Amino acid sequence: MSALDDLAVKAGDDDVVGGVPARLVAAPASTEEAAALIAASADLNVVIRGGGTKIEWGTPPRDLDLIIDTRRLTGVVEHAAGDLITVVRAGTPMAELHALPGQQLALDAPATATAGGTVAANASGPRRLRYGTARDLLIGITVVRPDGTITKAGGKVVKNVAGYDLGKLYTGSFGTLGLITECVFRLHPVPATAFFVRAAAPPGSAARILAGQFAASALEVHAVPGADPEIAVLLEGAADRSAEVAHLLDGEVSDEPPPWWGVTPPGTVLVKLTGVLSQVPALVATAVGAGATVTGSAGAGVLYAGFTGDPHGRVELLRAAAVRAGGHAVVLTAPDDVRDTLDMWGPVPGLALMRRVKDQFDPAHRFAPGRFAGGI
Amino acid sequence: MMAIDVLAARLRARIGAERVLTDRQQLRTYECDGLAHYKVIPALVVLAGSEEDVATAVRECAAAKVPFVARGSGTGLSGGALPHADGVLIVTSQLREIIDLRPEDERAVVQPGVINLQVTKAATPHGYYYAPDPSSQQICSIGGNVAENSGGAHCLKYGFTTNHVTGLRVVAPDGEVVRLGGMAPDTPGYDLLGAFVGSEGTLGIATEVTVKLTRLPETVRTLLAAFDSTDHAGAATSAIIAAGVVPAAIEMMDALSIEAAESAVHCNYPAGAGAVLIVELDGPVTEVEAQFGAVTRLCEEAGAFELRVAADDQERQLIWRGRKSAFAAVGRISPDYIVQDGVIPRTALPVVLRRINEVAGEHGVRVANVFHAGDGNLHPLVLFDDAVPGEAERAEAVSGAILDLCIEHGGSITGEHGVGVDKARYMPRMFSDADLETMHLVRCAFDPDNLANPGKVFPTPRLCGERPGSRKHAAFDGVEVF
Repeated sequence: MSALDDLAVKAGDDDVVGGVPARLVAAPASTEEAAALIAASADLNVVIRGGGTKIEWGTPPRDLDLIIDTRRLTGVVEHAAGDLITVVRAGTPMAELHALPGQQLALDAPATATAGGTVAANASGPRRLRYGTARDLLIGITVVRPDGTITKAGGKVVKNVAGYDLGKLYTGSFGTLGLITECVFRLHPVPATAFFVRAAAPPGSAARILAGQFAASALEVHAVPGADPEIAVLLEGAADRSAEVAHLLDGEVSDEPPPWWGVTPPGTVLVKLTGVLSQVPALVATAVGAGATVTGSAGAGVLYAGFTGDPHGRVELLRAAAVRAGGHAVVLTAPDDVRDTLDMWGPVPGLALMRRVKDQFDPAHRFAPGRFAGGI
Repeated sequence: MMAIDVLAARLRARIGAERVLTDRQQLRTYECDGLAHYKVIPALVVLAGSEEDVATAVRECAAAKVPFVARGSGTGLSGGALPHADGVLIVTSQLREIIDLRPEDERAVVQPGVINLQVTKAATPHGYYYAPDPSSQQICSIGGNVAENSGGAHCLKYGFTTNHVTGLRVVAPDGEVVRLGGMAPDTPGYDLLGAFVGSEGTLGIATEVTVKLTRLPETVRTLLAAFDSTDHAGAATSAIIAAGVVPAAIEMMDALSIEAAESAVHCNYPAGAGAVLIVELDGPVTEVEAQFGAVTRLCEEAGAFELRVAADDQERQLIWRGRKSAFAAVGRISPDYIVQDGVIPRTALPVVLRRINEVAGEHGVRVANVFHAGDGNLHPLVLFDDAVPGEAERAEAVSGAILDLCIEHGGSITGEHGVGVDKARYMPRMFSDADLETMHLVRCAFDPDNLANPGKVFPTPRLCGERPGSRKHAAFDGVEVF
């Protein structure tokens, strides 16, 4: 009996990725078991699934035999509070990480998302302004390569330049380079106080906050077609800064975020827009003009636009605006029936090198085939 | 005609004779970087005057299968820019233009030869600075910082080069110019930018660097605390972190490094201190004041017998001068020394420092400790006299034992200086064959012919294209490959 025979069960009705049904599902419970499974499934095309909160992101797989589910690969292995680090298995729900005593993994992710999935999708939220993203907070990683080899990079210390920083390469790789089984994260202390300042104000007013001395932890904009745009600022630490920001923006202080805070905008199409900071107002205006609801970080230049309806013209419009802003427009998700006709990733610099990286890690292209930029 | 002579002729024709050095005396200028006990005279030096010069030189090297090594200011401490005897050294230090300064976008675009501190100087009038600050920031280049993923005293709060670079133009080892990342964050596709930063010149040469600019803090407060011992200073460090304070920097110096700094720059640190801590906080005034009070109290509770607070920028500079000059200062109390760069989890500081002293004692050498306590990045200076037979070997043994201690406690063999040629042999102590092989997969994607800075980072060169399980030992151009 191979690990595949041991672990794989017939896929159910819900075991579908981007409209493509899987034949089998397997849920290994350890890195070693995962390695044996992957080695035993050498002729199968594989997609990895964590909490499933972002399983619809990316292009559909060209082919799908086996879903490797990380739901049994869970648990906080170590929380070294004095060193401000934690070691967790990839399938650990973010809820467990949100509950670490006195400390936090400062990644905004839904409670049911997994640590590994958050890394693999390079998801980020409002607090990226202060704490950075998964690529900044991940300091060590264990991955099972498509050939079944268990491999580690980084370690358990924040400051480390020994060898290539492969954690960054795996971050945002959408499961195309292997199965992440364990992550080591840098933690931050939970701040003593946190206040939200919410105001009806144009996205351009974000620049006044950035140029000030407010040390905002997050600076979010929210714009809905036909309504006044809003801005909200998260301030952690001393209370006086929130009063100053409220005064500056003519806003209100609360210890609760606005309802749209960190929430993916509604719609059947979701586009991630990036641009330089000075172009955020123009990006928001273009997206709202195209009928999209926009939420995102004016402090970091990362926005999410959601809308319903035919995406073709609007994606082109948003992409042109993002390029003008020095950034990119990536369609994270769209209805199954239009995905094939949509350039979801758009132009990506360095694609030839990326293909060579994929060829090295996964010569048979069986991990998440076609899910990634450039058809990788 | 020798292959290198042919190459020299081609390079002279393409990028100008004045930029191609072959005179042995001139070449000797480049025989080492900041780690002077490794010396190799390159076969050829190219003084690049533009990105196109770099690309031309790399393309010619690729065509002739000649290895190349990039070099910025040459301040590296792991031999990362050590030349290859049969190769071309491509010097980027003349590429010194700040191409674009965009405070409104919190970005600057600079050429690789721009000096680290120059970025801050250019951004400061606009209210911004460039946060990564290696101790050599007055002379080290941004290109070198990118190659080594340089750190500095303020990494604890602000992160390393990799957290502050959003875009690169890179000459890949085949001579192709490739853009990685950009002005905006989260460029789609694999994070090749993240893999490139810190790859020590083995994946190509950066020719343009887009960096983040950080808002100047409203205020900076700097404290010097003197303790009887490193144990007490370590306890203060832990207490500060445990209290939820993230200082901009926490630096520690032990008695021997204080002695060295005193004799060199007369920094007037408190007499009789077994250790000093430098703690710096920055940010909004009210927050810094509140935290500064807490830090002061925690230092006192941990046994600080003297506290000094910098009243102005001049006093702050004085506090930092001892720390920043410590490496050079050690030359005053010892004819030779090895700087180590291991990292340990912060909580292991007391036990590891004790063990370092024990190991040093067993081998009859002295070790001065000056380091980034906040993030556990040790810089033990292993002192020796090369003129005394056997002492260099003993120092080397202590140096290696310190790295083993770091690995044993879950740390790393290098926190900011890089692996280079100096620590390549220690890589297998930290990483398994599979781990190294995986890194090598990236190397093969970028540089299948192993021409970019060969002999660095990896302990043994490998042949690209062979799959695991099909490897065999073979001799290939005089190096063992498998």
